[in-house]
Amino acid sequence: MKIKNWQFHPCGNFRERYAQELRIFETDFGRLWLGIGILALFGIVPWIFSPYMIYIFNTIGIAAIAVIGLNILIGFTGQISLGHGAFFGVGAYAAAILATTLNCPFYLSIPAAAVITAMVGMVFGTPSVRLKGLYLTIATLAGQFIIEYILLRWESLTKGTMGMILPKPAILGWELTGDRAFFFMIFACLIMMTWFAVNLIRTKFGRAFIAIRDNDRAAEGMGIPIFRYKLLAFGISSFYAGFAGALYAYYSVSITTEPFTLSLSVEYIAMVIIGGMGNITGSIFGAIFITGLNEILRWLTELLMNMGVVGSSGLNMAPLREFTFGLAIVLFIIFEPRGLAEVWRIVRSSFRLWPFSY
Amino acid sequence: MDFFIQLLVNGISIGFLYGLSAMGFVMIFKSSSVLNFAHGELLAFGASLFLALITWAQLPLPAAFLATLAGCFALGFLIERVFLRPLIGEPLIFVIMLTVGLAAMFKGLLLLVWGGNLHTFPDFLPEAMGIDWGIVHVAPVYVAALVIGLIFLSLFGLFFKYSSQGIYMRSVADNQRAALSLGVHVKRVFALSWAIAALVAGMSGIVLGIINGVNVHDLSAIGLKVFPVVILGGLDSIGGAIIGGLIIGLLETFTGGYISPGLRDVVPYLVLVVILLVKPYGLFGLKEIERV
Repeated sequence: MKIKNWQFHPCGNFRERYAQELRIFETDFGRLWLGIGILALFGIVPWIFSPYMIYIFNTIGIAAIAVIGLNILIGFTGQISLGHGAFFGVGAYAAAILATTLNCPFYLSIPAAAVITAMVGMVFGTPSVRLKGLYLTIATLAGQFIIEYILLRWESLTKGTMGMILPKPAILGWELTGDRAFFFMIFACLIMMTWFAVNLIRTKFGRAFIAIRDNDRAAEGMGIPIFRYKLLAFGISSFYAGFAGALYAYYSVSITTEPFTLSLSVEYIAMVIIGGMGNITGSIFGAIFITGLNEILRWLTELLMNMGVVGSSGLNMAPLREFTFGLAIVLFIIFEPRGLAEVWRIVRSSFRLWPFSY
Repeated sequence: MDFFIQLLVNGISIGFLYGLSAMGFVMIFKSSSVLNFAHGELLAFGASLFLALITWAQLPLPAAFLATLAGCFALGFLIERVFLRPLIGEPLIFVIMLTVGLAAMFKGLLLLVWGGNLHTFPDFLPEAMGIDWGIVHVAPVYVAALVIGLIFLSLFGLFFKYSSQGIYMRSVADNQRAALSLGVHVKRVFALSWAIAALVAGMSGIVLGIINGVNVHDLSAIGLKVFPVVILGGLDSIGGAIIGGLIIGLLETFTGGYISPGLRDVVPYLVLVVILLVKPYGLFGLKEIERV
């Protein structure tokens, strides 16, 4: 291809058709860089990093899938869910139950778990079907507690406090073990789910979600059945949470009800806000930021303990984490409500015309 | 029968406390239609401050009580000034997310200071305040809660109905922009409503602390239990908060007593889902009717 045919960034807004507005890649360079990025992700990253780093990447990947789902709900439809921690748990348990009792292979049980989670989510979404405003938030708060209770008490199915152990995922007699194998699986899923989400927003469904977020009355006036679309957004969002939960279950091999609490829900909300509400790539930034913050905090507390500044029992990790997440949410809302995605956009656009800026 | 009556009395007492805690929540919702997810942390802040004042600073009780109320009032004012003022005019979703963030922040901070253990107040209410009618026994603290609750209920009723500030608050809740353009001092309204809500929350925190002891986890959980209460009573009705609290309290104690103690903490949320499905505006809430 001759360089003449390549599209460069125009020095202004010369868009003539709506389709140009909807394009994901402004220029072919974007596509090229994405291709290079994906190649590097699969070709270089798993081979040069230590297993512990790959474990962190995998955690980020799983969180990113759940956060993309939550962002479709919060960022694009304007509804808050405080129950995504529990929905993540539903996905994990659904996958575990399918894998142990029905001997489902992982490539069936993960999507099935996601569908089950979507249905469970929609049960708690139905109250919002009748109501405007933020009733969905309250209904999902109830969902969080009810699901936590069911997961703990339905012992014949979930084994209660004992937890469940999953078999190793296998495809055609080849077992996926170790962080590296999971790295490929998780990031392939993440790319697929990101691709789906980015394109969903460009369809009539995505436009309807955005219309509901911006002004529900106007949306209804234009003939969008808002309650049906809200429920759909909620279903899709829980589908993502369930998918991520199922991946988490396979990755961590044994699961208990412990991690799926309200603070996990708040953690996901923090990722959405920090990454940028209404921005799919932002969700990935948010997942990276919060997981990174977690690791830094862990490293810092260990450092302080080794230095003897605080006693080994003097500083508890959990409250410090909670405080930092809260602080991060608050600071981002006040100073950069559009999140890291906006920061990234500003940085990029200031480099775009470098060294010949306007 | 004795068991039943004891459960009934317990339920009413606990329910009244829920109602009292919910009042501050309704106050904020009524004036700014913000769901305050940090309400439990405000309760915990009040209780911890009181605890610090009487155990560390060794203040006499009335002084400690008044100082706590003043501290909570100041905290509410500060929250508004530092965190919420930059968000005036922003979409509501940001403000609600902010309270989620504030909740995590305060909870972490209180846990860092106090730890997750249970602290108890020294017993100071006179035994004579308690009610003892044969089989029915009401502890003094519940009587105190009842008295405080009734005083504040009537005060708030009068405040919202007759005082100009109360009417401003209602106008801001209804439509922030319209209120702004009609010359209502929205900032002052917010500051005042957060300060009053924090004050009420702090007081409920003290009462709850006397009964159950001060535990940050428990108190912030009560802050979330406010949601079933206010949804049942109607989100913007202060009287409804008390009635809702009573119903939820009774339901909790009866399930705990007759069915299973484990189900006790989940029942309010089950009720919440049912209410949202059947009667979403609650018993006394304002119905919003919109036609397109």
